[in-house]
Amino acid sequence: MTTNYITDRHGIRRYMVTIEVNGIEYTRVIKANVLLVNFLRDELDLTGTKKGCELGDCGSCTVLLNDRPVNSCLILAIECDGMKVTSIEGLAETESLDIIQQKFVEFGAVQCGYCTAGMIMSAKALLMKNPKPTEGEVRAGISGNLCRCTGYINIIKAIMAASGQEAAI
Amino acid sequence: MYLPDFDYYAPESVSEALDLLTEHKENAKVICGGTDLLPKMKHELLAPKVLISIKKLPNIKKIEYVKGKGISIGAAATHNEIVFSEVVNSKYPSICNAAAQMAANQVRHVGTIGGNIVSAVPSADLPPILIALGATAKIAGPGKERVIPLEDVFTGPQQNCLEANELLTEIFIPDGDMTCSTYHKFALRRAGALAVVGVAVALQTKGCADGACSIEDARIVYGAVAPTPMRGVKAEAVVKGKMATDDVFEEAGKVAYSECKPISDFRASEEYRRNLVGVYTKRCLKRAIENGHK
Repeated sequence: MTTNYITDRHGIRRYMVTIEVNGIEYTRVIKANVLLVNFLRDELDLTGTKKGCELGDCGSCTVLLNDRPVNSCLILAIECDGMKVTSIEGLAETESLDIIQQKFVEFGAVQCGYCTAGMIMSAKALLMKNPKPTEGEVRAGISGNLCRCTGYINIIKAIMAASGQEAAI
Repeated sequence: MYLPDFDYYAPESVSEALDLLTEHKENAKVICGGTDLLPKMKHELLAPKVLISIKKLPNIKKIEYVKGKGISIGAAATHNEIVFSEVVNSKYPSICNAAAQMAANQVRHVGTIGGNIVSAVPSADLPPILIALGATAKIAGPGKERVIPLEDVFTGPQQNCLEANELLTEIFIPDGDMTCSTYHKFALRRAGALAVVGVAVALQTKGCADGACSIEDARIVYGAVAPTPMRGVKAEAVVKGKMATDDVFEEAGKVAYSECKPISDFRASEEYRRNLVGVYTKRCLKRAIENGHK
C-alpha cells in the first residue's frame, strides 16, 4: 500500500497528497475525509468553486480532474493524489479572461452568479473535446449544471459564441 | 457538508483488499466512484470507520472482448468509459445507451458499473440491460472466487448478496444468440433524473431480413418497478416462438402491466408506473427488432 500517513495526537490519520491545481503542485497533509471542493476552498483559498447541493446534483462545484468535468463535492481529495485539477481560477491563461468567460459577460449569461463557475467549467470541458458543438450538444454538455435563475438561454448563447457560432434561439 | 473521520486504504491487490475487508468487516466500506457512498455518508445513513478504495486493483477498470467468449468489464469502469468504449459499442451499443442515460456527465466520469450494481438501487439503469443480455458477476472472497448470474446479486432495495468480506470485481456479458437488445427509461427530466420506469429487452430473432420475423428467445427486464430488477417471465412467454407483430407486442405489454410490482412514491403512482411498463415493453420489443442492439 502506497498511502503515506501520520497519526496525530487525537489518533486521526493524516495523509500526504500532492495535487496539481491550475498548474501549481501543492503538497498537503490532510485527513482522508477532506473533499476535493473543501481542499480547494479551505486548504488553497480557491473559493471560486462553489458548493451548492453538495450531493452531485447541481454541478456548482464542477472542476476538471485530469481534464474531465467532475463534481468536486463527491470526490475525496486523497483520491486526487498525483492528479491535475483545473478550477475556475485556472481557466484564464493570461491576464485576460478565457473566451468562455468573456462571452458569459457579453451575453449576460450571469445572473446571481452562483452556478457560473461550474457552468463555465462544464462548457470548457465540452469545447476542449468538441470545439464546434451543436446547440443540442451544448445543452447536453451543461445538463449536469443547474441554474436556479433559469438563465439557460443566455448561457447557451454564450457557449455557442465562445465556439464561434451563433445560437439559433 | 463535511464527512466524519475514517481511515483510508488503497490496496494494490485483490488479496490485500480482501484481507482489509476481513479485518474490518462491517466497519469498512468499499469506495470506488463514491457517487453513491459519499452522499449516504453526508446524510449520516452510513458511517464507516474505514474506506477501502479498489481503484488501484489490477485490471479493475479494464474493458475487453475475450474472443469467442464475451465482453468483460472491470467493476471500476466508469459509466463514461463504457459510453465511449469501442469494444462495448461494437457489440452492444444498448449497454452504452443505458450508461449514457444515467445522471449527468460529471457523475458519469466518476461513478462505476460496479457501484451501480452493488448499490442495488431499484431504479439503476445498467442492471436491466445487463441482465437481459445474460451478464454474470464475478465476486472475489477470501480464498475463493464465484461467478453468479447478475440478477442473483440483487436481494432487495439497496441490498445485495455479497458477504462483508467479498468484492465485486468483474461483469461479464457472454456471447450469445441474442440478435437485438435495447433499454428505455422514463424519467421526469431528460438529464440527472432517476428512472421512474426502465425496460430492457434482448431478443433472439430469425428471418427478420426476409420480412418474416420470428422471436426465438426473449429476455425482458423491468427496472424501478419492483424491489430488485425484475425478469418479465410472463411477458417473455408471450413473445417466445411468435412472429414479431404489433399484436404480439401489445399482448406482451398487457402482461407486463399486470406482472410488474411497482410502488407509489413521489415520482409516480403505482398505476402510472404499470401503464408505463406496459407501453415501454411494447415499444422496446418493436425498437429492438427495428434497431438491432441500438
